[in-house]
Amino acid sequence: MNNQKTLMTKKIKNLNLNFGPQHPAAHGVLRLILELDGEIVEKADPHIGLLHRGTEKLIENKTYMQAVPYFDRLDYVAPMNQEHAFALAIEKILKIDVPIRAQFIRVMFCEIGRILSHILNVTTQALDVGALTPSLWGFEERETLMTFYERASGSRLHANYFRAGGVHQDLPAGLESDIAKFCDNFPKIINDLENLLTDNRIFKQRNVDIGIVSKEDALDYSFSGVMIRGSGIPWDLRKSQPYDCYKELQFKIPVGKNGDCYDRYLCRVEEMKESISIIKQCLAKMEKGPVKTLDGKITPPSKKEIKQSMEALIHHFKLFTEGYRVPKDEIYTAVEAPKGEFGVYLISDGSSKPYKCKIRAPGFSHLQAMDYLIKGHMLADVPAVLGSLDIVFGEVDR
Amino acid sequence: MSNLIDLEKKINSELTTKINKSEIKHNQIYLEIDKEDLISVVLFIKSNNNTKFRQLIDITVVDYPERTQRFKIVYLFLSHEFNQRMILSYDINENEIIPSITTIFPSANWMEREVFDMYGVSFKDHPDLRRILTDYGFDGHPLRKDFPLTGHSEVRYSEEEKKVIKEPVKLEQNYRNFDYESPWEGTKYINEQSKNINDKKN
Repeated sequence: MNNQKTLMTKKIKNLNLNFGPQHPAAHGVLRLILELDGEIVEKADPHIGLLHRGTEKLIENKTYMQAVPYFDRLDYVAPMNQEHAFALAIEKILKIDVPIRAQFIRVMFCEIGRILSHILNVTTQALDVGALTPSLWGFEERETLMTFYERASGSRLHANYFRAGGVHQDLPAGLESDIAKFCDNFPKIINDLENLLTDNRIFKQRNVDIGIVSKEDALDYSFSGVMIRGSGIPWDLRKSQPYDCYKELQFKIPVGKNGDCYDRYLCRVEEMKESISIIKQCLAKMEKGPVKTLDGKITPPSKKEIKQSMEALIHHFKLFTEGYRVPKDEIYTAVEAPKGEFGVYLISDGSSKPYKCKIRAPGFSHLQAMDYLIKGHMLADVPAVLGSLDIVFGEVDR
Repeated sequence: MSNLIDLEKKINSELTTKINKSEIKHNQIYLEIDKEDLISVVLFIKSNNNTKFRQLIDITVVDYPERTQRFKIVYLFLSHEFNQRMILSYDINENEIIPSITTIFPSANWMEREVFDMYGVSFKDHPDLRRILTDYGFDGHPLRKDFPLTGHSEVRYSEEEKKVIKEPVKLEQNYRNFDYESPWEGTKYINEQSKNINDKKN
């Protein structure tokens, strides 16, 4: 009897599965090597770098003004939030003040960026677990928001709008009232999305109690943004280390309870509502005034001035060839980007190019925890967890 | 701000001999230590009740090719409890192997892999030290200052061989790096030339 049993046992080998890099639920170019025991994931090894462009190296070879567009190409669903971190870092070293109107414009566009990013994430997460409609509704709103980007900066995605000391140019006529109109309509869209998802049985089955992160682990794995707030740690750089005019604005920080995918979804939805209220406050408080620092050694002169003043012409020439010089210093500045703490560690050496510019992308540490998050879950949970991490490969790979 | 000064004092009094230099700048603490003390300092700042730097934000390296101690290793920490940031750094020689802190902060894993990939600095006791951002089979360490901006090799699909092949970079036009620095005083190479001419005359 015993002998027979030993003969019957078969050797079972774990299955290795390649997830991506061309999988629609991989949110870009992620190659995830999964080790499966039946349907249970035993190990996940993300291979990243397929979108690596060497941003940090390129920035070292450009002047400070020329380096700004590279930040749009990191997290390309919320471009201006990244520019903000870089602009703040330079401003702190140069010790220049930003005019109040410019601060409101920047904060307003950062919040627009946050909505852009959260719509994309919430709706594609729904798509990953089987709901198509939210993405169709959500992307229509994203298109509207991107036209605001376009009207301010000339470009829907790669804005290149923020400068050290303010923004590139003032808002065009009529934009403010259009943004205000959007703010009145958008809460209805959020409600519609919530009607589709929040109490949806399938959506909840796919997300509740999936990918739970404890408080301790959220700290150990360097999580930030929604990933840390979803686990119940009330931490938001806009509140705890306020930059620009966030101090003057009233807003709440939604915090999750269970730290699962569903809580993170709820946090994002609430954050969109808060962002709308921040945009409204910015519009109400914004007054006419300069939109960039008046220091002619940093801000290029206007076209009109160049035609009339020799000094303006010289400044223009110097700023667009040599660029402004930044004194020798070392600084780390972080902003609360939609995905978490986005930081710039900048070393200047007194020349007009950065000596080093390390970019701290939130997605990098979030994706690193993939193995820890997915271990023991089913294969079908991989897209759900990946969706709730809010990964964009532009910033993970840099 | 006063909190920050208190915090700096506490760290300095506890770690006295291990700290080479400490400074407060831009509302952050900058500490310089020795490589040997890394593990004990990191353990201390993570666990001590007065510091509680519970989160490792990033690890990076600054390359100074002209220095004898070529690389400066930088660790960025964040304390949620006290809302403070700290920048910890130490210098090493080019081929030195440094201790890994993955056992203290699991998130250091990929950060150290990135450092290894970009600068070629090796870590002792790292569980999985592979390249991370560059291509499979990549040569060199791109963020070193002596690595050319255009790289060494490029890949393309070869119709003849029916596969992706790697070949040395061919530039249609040489990479030009203009010397914009202060053209009013004359560029450096002109200064050197005229100096050479003057030397010959003498």
